[in-house]
Amino acid sequence: MSSTTAAIEAHGLGKRYGHRWALADCTLTIPAGHVAGLVGPNGAGKTTLISLATGMLAPTTGTIEVLGGLPASGPGQLARVGYVAQDTPTYAGLSVADHLRLGAHLNPRWDAGLARRRIEQLSLDPKQKAGRLSGGQRAQLALTLALAKRPELLILDEPIASLDPVARREFLQVLMHVTAEQELSVVMSSHLVADLERVADYLVVLVASRVRIDGEVDDLLATHHLLTGPRRAAATLPASQQVITDSHAGRQSTFLVRSSEPIIDPAWTAEEVSLEDLVLAYMGPSSGSPQEQRLEVHQ
Amino acid sequence: MIDFHLNSRSGVAPYLQLIRQVRQALQLGLLREGDQLPTVKDVAGSLAINPNTVLKAYRSLEYEGLAAAKPGVGTFVTKTVSDQSVVAHQRLSMELSAWIGRAQQAGLDFEDMEALFQRAARAAAQEEAV
Repeated sequence: MSSTTAAIEAHGLGKRYGHRWALADCTLTIPAGHVAGLVGPNGAGKTTLISLATGMLAPTTGTIEVLGGLPASGPGQLARVGYVAQDTPTYAGLSVADHLRLGAHLNPRWDAGLARRRIEQLSLDPKQKAGRLSGGQRAQLALTLALAKRPELLILDEPIASLDPVARREFLQVLMHVTAEQELSVVMSSHLVADLERVADYLVVLVASRVRIDGEVDDLLATHHLLTGPRRAAATLPASQQVITDSHAGRQSTFLVRSSEPIIDPAWTAEEVSLEDLVLAYMGPSSGSPQEQRLEVHQ
Repeated sequence: MIDFHLNSRSGVAPYLQLIRQVRQALQLGLLREGDQLPTVKDVAGSLAINPNTVLKAYRSLEYEGLAAAKPGVGTFVTKTVSDQSVVAHQRLSMELSAWIGRAQQAGLDFEDMEALFQRAARAAAQEEAV
C-alpha cells in the first residue's frame, strides 16, 4: 500500500465488436492498495475491462495502464499481475502437484514455499487430479497459483459466482488474509454487490458498457442520501443534489441523491444508504441524471 | 484477546461494529490494559473483510485513547475501564430487564422492542447532531 502508481488507469478506453461497443468511453483510476470491486449486470463490460487490463484484448479506442505499464507488454509486466479467469479454470487432467510444477516453470518470481503451505492448509492431496476437485477446491487452487507468482496486483473475474456459500466465504477469507499479509492490490468483478460489500473499499459500477460511478466506498456512502418528504418534482431540488433515482406515491416523494453537502432542508427525512441500495440505484433506470442525458445524446 | 463477529443485517458499518465490540469488552472487563487485539491480518482473514476496515477501526480506537499500535507487533489496549462504569452498567442492565418485562406484558415481541429501541437511538443521535 506504499505505491503511488494506480493499479489501473484508463482514458477514453473502448472496445468494439462489429457494431457493438462492449466497453465505451471508460476513464477511471483505480488507486493501488485497494480491494476494488467491479460490479454490474451480466454483459455490462466487466470481463471486457478485465481482458483489456490483462492484455488479452487490445483496445479499439483510448489507453489503459496497469501499475504504470502497458498490459502484458513483457515478462516483467506479466510477473507483476496475477490473474484468475472466470470460473477459476484449472487443467482437469493434471494433478494439484502438476499445477504447482507448471507454475514454478512459467513464473520467474514463483514462491514454492507459499504454494506448498497453501495446499497443505487447504488439505488438498497433491496427487489428486484437478478435474476431481470440488468447485471450492478448484477455486482455491487457482487462487494459490495466482498468489504464488507473488503479484503486486491480483485481478479476479467473477471468482466466486459459481461457488456455494461456504466455499465463497472460505475463498474471501483466504483472499483478505493474503491481502493484509502481502499488501496486495486486488481488482475483482462480481454481478452481486453482496459478495463485495465487506471486501471492497473501492467500487466501479459498470452498466451497459459504461462506467456509471466509481470511487472509494466510504466516500460513496457518505455522499449519497435517501430523502423522504412531501411530494415534489426532481427538478425543484437544489443544484448541489444530483438525483439518482426518484419515486412518488400519493403525497410522498423519495429521492436518492448524491450531494457532498449535508442535507439541511427540514422537510426531508434523510437516511444513509447501504452499498447494495446505492449500486442498485445506479444499475436501474434513472431519471434525468446528467449521465443518462449524455447517453441519450450519444444515441 | 477477543473474537470479533459481524452482523451483516444490522445496518451498522463493519468498522463501527468492531469498535463497539472492543468498547463493550472493555466495559465488561473482558479486555484490560496491556491485552493485545487480534492482528489486522487475522481479523481480515477470519471475518473475510477488507484489512483497511480493521485498520480504520483500530485507528479510531487509538484516537479515542483506548488502544495503541506497536509497529511490527500489534495493537494493544491502553486503558482499563473503571469499575464504576461496570456498576453503572449493572444498574442499566437491570432497568433494561425490567423494561423488557413490561414490554412483553404490553404484548410486544422482540422485533417490536428492537424497532422501538432503534427509533429512540436514532432520535437521540439526531438530537446530538443538532
